Amino acid sequence: MSDSHHAVDTHHVDIDKHVRTYILVFVSLMVLTVATVGVYYIHMSPAVGIAVALFIASIKAGLVACFFMHLIDEKKLIYWVLGLTMFLFFVLLFTGMMARAAHQVLPT
Amino acid sequence: MAEPARGLSEAHAEHHHEELSFWRQYVFSTDHKVIGIQYAVTGLAFLLFGFCLMMLMRWQLAYPDQPLPLIGNLFGPNRAPGGVILPDFYNELGAMHGTIMVFLGVVPLAVGGFGNFVLPLQIGAPDMAFPRMNMLSYWCLFLGGVTMLASFFLPTGAAANGWTSYSPLADIALNGQTAWLIGMIFLITSSLLGAINFITTAIQLRAPGMSWMRLPFFCWSQLVTAFLLLLAFPPLEAAGVLQLMDRVAGTSFFLPSGLVIGGQALEVSGGGNPLLWQHLFWFLAHPEVYVLILPALGIVAEVVANNTRKPLWGYRSMVYSLIFLGFMSFIVWAHHMFITGMGTVMSSFFQTTTMIISIPSVVILTALIISLWGASIRINTPMLFALGFLPMFGIGGLTGLPLGLAAADIPLHDTYYVIGHFHYVVAPGTLFALFAGIYYWFPKATGRQMNEFLGKLHFWPSLIFMNGIFFPMLIQGLNGVSRRLADGGISYDFAGEVAGLNRMMSVSAWCLGLAQIPFLINFFVSIKSGKKASDNPWQSTTVEWMAPSPPPHGNFLTAPVVYRGPYEYSVPGQQPDYIPQCQPPGDAGGRRAATVET
Amino acid sequence: MEIPYTVEAHPETGLNNGKIGIWLFLTSEVMLFGALFATFIMLRIGADDWAHLKAEAELNIPLATVNTIVLITSSVTMVMAWASLMRRQLDRYRLFMLATVGFGCVFLVIKYFEYTAKFAHHHYPSTNTFLAIYFTMTGLHALHVIGGMAFNFYYAVPGAKLWHKNPQWLTDRVEHSGLFWHFVDLVWIFLFPVFYLL
Repeated sequence: MSDSHHAVDTHHVDIDKHVRTYILVFVSLMVLTVATVGVYYIHMSPAVGIAVALFIASIKAGLVACFFMHLIDEKKLIYWVLGLTMFLFFVLLFTGMMARAAHQVLPT
Repeated sequence: MAEPARGLSEAHAEHHHEELSFWRQYVFSTDHKVIGIQYAVTGLAFLLFGFCLMMLMRWQLAYPDQPLPLIGNLFGPNRAPGGVILPDFYNELGAMHGTIMVFLGVVPLAVGGFGNFVLPLQIGAPDMAFPRMNMLSYWCLFLGGVTMLASFFLPTGAAANGWTSYSPLADIALNGQTAWLIGMIFLITSSLLGAINFITTAIQLRAPGMSWMRLPFFCWSQLVTAFLLLLAFPPLEAAGVLQLMDRVAGTSFFLPSGLVIGGQALEVSGGGNPLLWQHLFWFLAHPEVYVLILPALGIVAEVVANNTRKPLWGYRSMVYSLIFLGFMSFIVWAHHMFITGMGTVMSSFFQTTTMIISIPSVVILTALIISLWGASIRINTPMLFALGFLPMFGIGGLTGLPLGLAAADIPLHDTYYVIGHFHYVVAPGTLFALFAGIYYWFPKATGRQMNEFLGKLHFWPSLIFMNGIFFPMLIQGLNGVSRRLADGGISYDFAGEVAGLNRMMSVSAWCLGLAQIPFLINFFVSIKSGKKASDNPWQSTTVEWMAPSPPPHGNFLTAPVVYRGPYEYSVPGQQPDYIPQCQPPGDAGGRRAATVET
Repeated sequence: MEIPYTVEAHPETGLNNGKIGIWLFLTSEVMLFGALFATFIMLRIGADDWAHLKAEAELNIPLATVNTIVLITSSVTMVMAWASLMRRQLDRYRLFMLATVGFGCVFLVIKYFEYTAKFAHHHYPSTNTFLAIYFTMTGLHALHVIGGMAFNFYYAVPGAKLWHKNPQWLTDRVEHSGLFWHFVDLVWIFLFPVFYLL
């Protein structure tokens, strides 16, 4: 391998293509942000509202994660670690929903 | 090709010709061995302190409301007027005993101490992946410890709400709970930074040839432990912030509406949920108990393999069990909450996962026991402690089963049965394994061996008195004696005869304290005057024994290359009865190549 | 003594140490914010009249929308800073990094106005559970913004000297700082609808 001491490893990365992608993602994120707020003013049931808002937020988050954080092109190890984390994240969220139990009315 | 790939020099590369000042070499060091020793000594000091807190509690339990002899008046009229331990003082001792033993004693010693010192050496690395962050993580622990100790000197005293700090009591208590929360934030930060270091190091810095299935079991146990710390601690940190907000900013995260204290309605917004604290706390605290036991299992595995002169039986099963156990540990936590009214669906779920998680523990324990079969067992102090660990951990594990079943847990929850159960696992369990590790790796760290006679003098009384304290607790709990009672249960008729066991248990506790004196003497005197040790006094196969005793900065004189598994003992037709992992094939004399001894 | 794979990729994992380190740190942050989102869910489900509590808080949607745009833009400038280093354009790198820090400042200033407006109307964390979780989560998020800004400023100005000694290492560190910054943006992408719009 050549002396990498003073070089930047651009060997495997087409940076211009990346930059074009970043601009595209930026525009998409702006559009989706407008959509997020726009949807708020459309009348729908709370449950549907929550679902739509979280859906749009997930798309935005996905774009940031995949392209800005380069996750679309990452190594397997990172995917495994993130997979485990996301599973536990949802376990935690589910814990929040167990509040139902706090409202259980016992038979008198 | 045998050379490990070299990373580029650090911008602030330590020129090894430069003499580091005393402070940079021994206090603010980035060397994992120094940091490991710092963690270990800190952990041992806190174990001793936490033990002293317990010895005070045991006086009150043995002789309720009798003045504490000799030192009773040292605690002042707020804690022990006339030397008699007040119930609030008893609670303070209890809460801080638990907190200190778990977070400032066992974890720093087992993970920070043994993990830092041994892991890089066992994988053949020159240091941890992030040496400066390693140093930072120790000093975070130190700050956390100082905060916890300082809280005793607050006018209101230290926290006294159980190590579990349940709301609403912990939210409103007029004691050092706020300091406890701040201390915990330091300790959690320390563990998180340490976990990042351990995982990255284990993945990236293994020597060439050190494939995953050639890793010593100790390294696997530290790796899984690090994942538990990394992913389970943050929810407790979040909960700590929320409880801090409740105490300091008047929020009601854990305070329900309509709470009345002493006849007065609490003037808060309400709307909170005390169960939320329990869920967030136990989401950490259950994986935490596996953090307490896994490094111990790792140490016992190393000592057993070495002193049976045989490969570990079922290494592969043990590794898979470890990984499965780590994963399952995240989804069993609510077995600590069976009596909170979660409902049968939740209780059934957690009961099932809890029963399932007992399987990998049993696999690991059984594999260790079977490893003894047909072995040429060498009895020395590390092996005594490792052998003692096995049945003690067995009792601890078995007594956990009724607690994991929802129906059986109902009468046992919050009784002395629980205290007996977890102390069996942590005290003659983990602590014995940690002692085994100290006696085992002391020669590597200091270049000298600890005294065998004093070691046996430490072991046998410890084994006896541990059982003297904790076995009767199981009986008391089965008779319904609740935990955290300052009078030990004598005010309840049903406690009856079993409350009388308290005296014998307390005497055992104080004798257990005396039994640690040979260890303290041995530890300190051997540093200076112990028998000089060779690089590999135990004739072990694992890589750390290839380094000089003690290892220099950078650890190895020549970069290690691994050729075989970690437990090549008694290979048929091979003399002597072990082949080090780093010995090149067909080179019987090669094992001396990386050592300095003659 | 050198630590291997600080800059070079490990042959088996294909990663350098810092990349693994920062992703591991981010997983712990996911669990931290996850616990707080779980708290939000529990408080919301357990409340008698959440809509009323939220209305009481009088959140400022236009300001928060601006903040969302500010943070997303700062994420773009952050990744462009890294891209500039990959293109060996040190001046543009510095510009993009300082822009990122600048946008972070704007975010914090807007948050400052939001918070002080609340306090002026006597809306405190202690007022109700909605405000409690709102202040706690946005406050913790703001602390993360400050932390990210500190790292970014360091690499923009004093730390940029590393370019002359070891450009690959600086590029990597900027990428890792960027990962943290994008994560902070990610959290806000969820905080915004969850608190302001739902």
